Amino acid sequence: MATVSVRSVRKAFGSVEVLHGVDVEVEDGEFVILVGPSGCGKSTLLRMIAGLENITRGEIAIGGRVVNNVAPKERDIAMVFQNYALYPHMTVLDNMAFSLTLLNAPKSVIEEKVGRAAAILGLEPYLARYPRQLSGGQRQRVAMGRAIVRDPQVFLFDEPLSNLDAKLRVQMRAEIKELHQRLKTTTIYVTHDQIEAMTMADKIVVMNGGNVEQMGAPLELYDRPRNLFVAGFIGSPAMNFVKGKIEGGVFRAGDIALPLPTDPGTAQEGQPIVYGIRPEHLRLDPNGVAATVHVTEPTGSETQVIMHLAGSQVVGAFRERIAEKPGQHLHIAPDPALVHLFDEQTGTRLN
Amino acid sequence: MDASTWVAKRPEPTALARLFDYKPFLIAVCLFPAVGLLMAFLTYPLGLGVYLAFTDTQIGGNGKWVGLENFIDLMEDPIFLQSVWWTFVYTAIATVGKFALGLWLALLLNDNIPFKSAIRAIILLPYIVPTVLSAIAWWWIYDPQFSIISYVVVDQLGLRDRYYDFLGEPWPARWSLIVANIWRGIPFVAITLLAGLQTISPSLYEAAMLDGASGWQRFRRITAPLLMPILAIVMTFSVLFTFTDFQLVYAITRGGPINSTHLMATLAFQRGIPAGQLGEGAAIAVAMIPFLVFATLFSYYALGNRKWQQGSDND
Repeated sequence: MATVSVRSVRKAFGSVEVLHGVDVEVEDGEFVILVGPSGCGKSTLLRMIAGLENITRGEIAIGGRVVNNVAPKERDIAMVFQNYALYPHMTVLDNMAFSLTLLNAPKSVIEEKVGRAAAILGLEPYLARYPRQLSGGQRQRVAMGRAIVRDPQVFLFDEPLSNLDAKLRVQMRAEIKELHQRLKTTTIYVTHDQIEAMTMADKIVVMNGGNVEQMGAPLELYDRPRNLFVAGFIGSPAMNFVKGKIEGGVFRAGDIALPLPTDPGTAQEGQPIVYGIRPEHLRLDPNGVAATVHVTEPTGSETQVIMHLAGSQVVGAFRERIAEKPGQHLHIAPDPALVHLFDEQTGTRLN
Repeated sequence: MDASTWVAKRPEPTALARLFDYKPFLIAVCLFPAVGLLMAFLTYPLGLGVYLAFTDTQIGGNGKWVGLENFIDLMEDPIFLQSVWWTFVYTAIATVGKFALGLWLALLLNDNIPFKSAIRAIILLPYIVPTVLSAIAWWWIYDPQFSIISYVVVDQLGLRDRYYDFLGEPWPARWSLIVANIWRGIPFVAITLLAGLQTISPSLYEAAMLDGASGWQRFRRITAPLLMPILAIVMTFSVLFTFTDFQLVYAITRGGPINSTHLMATLAFQRGIPAGQLGEGAAIAVAMIPFLVFATLFSYYALGNRKWQQGSDND
């Protein structure tokens, strides 16, 4: 177990810079998730920590030791790849024991270590099988088993669940989180799926275009996104944005008025503003503004309604059952305490 | 007529269309060209060759059935026995050489080196040039008077005072042929093995690297086993081509000096066509078949079939 420090790290492929100075501190035993859209540089950063890509500028330290010029095998890390990268010509047992075999570990040690990892992951019945004889979820577990056997300082996961079907993904999500709670090994996990990030992480690093947009605990990011990108990326269904201005103590967009948050922060009268409200923070209110219903999507526990409001599309998630048909009006009001205000030009948070 | 009064009605198929929809007819029509070609150019010559091997046919005359007599004679024929021995030695040494150099080249090309595609194209050159042309080039290289090797070593570098006699003595001639054959065989091996190498996912190497494998360990434990299936197939083809080689030897040495470089294929031709003993030539050619079948089966079963490749049994 160890800390990982990424200090103003830059990465360029030829003349194209893909990481523009990234700083991330990972505490000992922490579960950190790098999340962002495709091409944001999160996998590149992970591969740099693993030593599979060299570091153009900046410094990466594992356990206090700068590893810029340390070979991957000397970094004491284990990585789970998106496609699992299981050795197809080896059985599950040999796959998991590979790193130990290379060290000429005695047979008894191999059996004990592999046996322990297999027991944790429920892989005992499959040890004699070849990877192609396993299902996707089992392969995923073997890949994790191979990492566990190493007993490394840091686990690295590169989108490990993206090749699984939706149901299995939910199950493996819980398994990985439980595994981390049990082993308490420092873990860095890359995904593009914000739900994975929200549900599993101790700390989320939201990346976009080679920069870190915001770093913090999942609920911190949900409650106080620092800018429009984070606000739109974290949370599902995504936050609603309405463009407008503050006029006379209320937010105005077209002919509608919405209440300002109790503390509007640095937001100025007349300044162009993006008004953000999460679907789940809209409520039905007879005195609220009228929105035109376009589609209703009942999920059972709640109903999501896609509406049009002042030229913007707005999604609401309501506990109530919605009887309104498309074309009819629904009166809604935001919870003023949970409203986010952003500067329209810079996208930064104002309140 | 407008769209409202028009009634959709499929036109009746013509007789020709019905004929082509008739499956047995279609099968016969589709199979005919392939079967016809195989019969005319493969089955018939092979069958005729096997038949001739049991007769004493000569060019211009009809032979009569002599049973195994041709084969019994060959068993006591020192030139034939020497050609069998030489065919094996030639195939063995040339195959080892081709695979050692071909694999080495393939591994080099699989890494990121500059001018990769240009080098790849250049490597294919020996394979593109017609064999007889390249054989003539080698013949010049091995010429006792005009050899470029002799010119460089003797006239330019002064390392020797006598020209090489590549093709005048049995062993130098044999080695010369092996070198030419290796040169010609490398592209096939290198390019096919390169294709095989490129099917190995780079993430396997990354995983192995993180697992602590050195370069040699990655080659031995990842590359070699994963390349084995394609290696077996390439090896089979390469052995078959080398074993049945004719053009290089016939163009460079014609089997000489004193029959020392006759392969079974060149000897079969020599006896059958220039010497006119069709029956005996056919017998030599037929004698190659069992070796070829054995070589194919061996490489197919011993090297090719891997447990981890077999169909997925998800029980």
